[in-house]
Amino acid sequence: MRLVVDLNRCQGYAQCAFLAPDVFAMHGDEGLLYDPQAEEAQRARLAQAVAACPVQAILVDELDLAAAPSGGAQGSAGSGGTAAAEAPGEAADA
Amino acid sequence: MHDSTLEQLKRSGRIVVVGASLAGLRAAETLREKGFTGTLTMIGDEPHQPYDRPPLSKQVLLGRSPAEHTALPRRRDIDAEWRLGSAATGLDMAARRVRLADGDEVPYDRLLIATGVRARPWPHPAEAELDGVFVLRTRDDGAALARRMADGPRRVLVIGAGFTGSEIASACRERRLDVTVAERGDAPLVGALGGVVGAVAAELQRENGVDLRTGVMVTGLEGDSAGRVRCAHLSDGSTIEAEIVVVSLGATRNTEWLAGSGLGAGPRGIACDAGCRAFDIRGIVTDDIYVAGDVARSPHPLFGYQFLSLEHWGNAVSQAETAAHNMLSESTERRPHIWVPAFWSTQFGVNIKSVGVPSMGTEIVISQGSRAERRFTGVYGYQGRVIGAVTFDNARWLPFYEKLIETTAPFPPTFDNVDRRPEGRQAMPADFPDPSVPTHGPTVTLSGYSPADRRMTFTPGR
Repeated sequence: MRLVVDLNRCQGYAQCAFLAPDVFAMHGDEGLLYDPQAEEAQRARLAQAVAACPVQAILVDELDLAAAPSGGAQGSAGSGGTAAAEAPGEAADA
Repeated sequence: MHDSTLEQLKRSGRIVVVGASLAGLRAAETLREKGFTGTLTMIGDEPHQPYDRPPLSKQVLLGRSPAEHTALPRRRDIDAEWRLGSAATGLDMAARRVRLADGDEVPYDRLLIATGVRARPWPHPAEAELDGVFVLRTRDDGAALARRMADGPRRVLVIGAGFTGSEIASACRERRLDVTVAERGDAPLVGALGGVVGAVAAELQRENGVDLRTGVMVTGLEGDSAGRVRCAHLSDGSTIEAEIVVVSLGATRNTEWLAGSGLGAGPRGIACDAGCRAFDIRGIVTDDIYVAGDVARSPHPLFGYQFLSLEHWGNAVSQAETAAHNMLSESTERRPHIWVPAFWSTQFGVNIKSVGVPSMGTEIVISQGSRAERRFTGVYGYQGRVIGAVTFDNARWLPFYEKLIETTAPFPPTFDNVDRRPEGRQAMPADFPDPSVPTHGPTVTLSGYSPADRRMTFTPGR
């Protein structure tokens, strides 16, 4: 599963590092490191992390999630933009 | 009035995207999102699918994830024809065709150029060829450098202490490798953040065991008989022995392939209007050619309508979305690209983030926290207004400062500090180096003159 975190948005809430510690890790007090290609076994945890991110900064491959058999992952992909939460032009529109 | 050619373009037109990286991919997704059902061709000079670059100087060098694992996630299926591993070599604007390195030509109705930048190479070609001399820009660069770092070299030399160079030095220290950083300016990050903040970055490096040399130039690299790099000579007469040399001297815009095309492209990028439409060399806006990402330079109302080129991740995403939207829109439906610049860096365990254009600032106030604790916010002022802000481990405040920049709030800021510190209220010179003196190069380039500056110079040809 491919993922990317919009680190302009990321505020270091660390929810992802708590929910999916094998994918996300805090680096210092505020910084975040993540595995941009998470293991298949992390799918459910990753979906939780995506959903729990207070600033919705985590983008997981839409194609992957759509094709996923796992209910949790499908739920988040279908729930209106959880998976497409990367910073769009909102700053510009605001 | 409805534009029927636009409907036709959306239904069955041909759109070509040159540049298969972050901006190109997000633009392609947006085009499909907006209902484009025609032929979409993605041209990229690298053989790889679009991948993410920020992890290359962090996760990848730390050995936490391989460079091959940085492929970007897709928001949706883009149903594109991929022409990877074949660089665009020319553009025929009249015939609306892009020429490829393999001799092929790809016709288009609308073209998006997102060719980005490449690492500036070591200026001496023979020395740059030495085994152990690297740049870090592409996935392959990242993989090769990470492999060498894993071998446990005795010393790494980083030339240039911009963001990339400083992140590489940080990764070296985290891997307990000895590292020397040579910077022509007075401090790391000085081009992007100025001398006041640069001094903090310098302390940070030294505290973490980096052998930081400032105010020096590397004058030459020397190899052994087997063609491996052995040492570097510095302008102060010293010599540094190193098994790895990473050249981090900023970036060059990928515009050479447009030479002679008639498009307004040059070493500073491709000029475009606020709606991402490229200018031709006569200063006339094109109808069918758009630009996005690092290679674009466009006027920004918040920064005096100066042309800004931003080597920022978020700019690539936002500008690509705007360009794609405008490519498929009636003229009255087009949007301007007025993203507020923002970037991040993590080094030596400190989260460095910024909004606005600090390098336009002439003064700085430490409005929160303290430099001694490496936890602070610096606010940059330009002609009595807030123009930028930087945080070291204080990022949650940035949206507040972004609002100040967007509303052209007065500088120095009028609010009392949230945490009262003795050094808080004093505005001081931000101490940016003279822009005419080359350094590692900031990631924001202000080009063209400010409309507020009414000088005009006539330079006769020679």
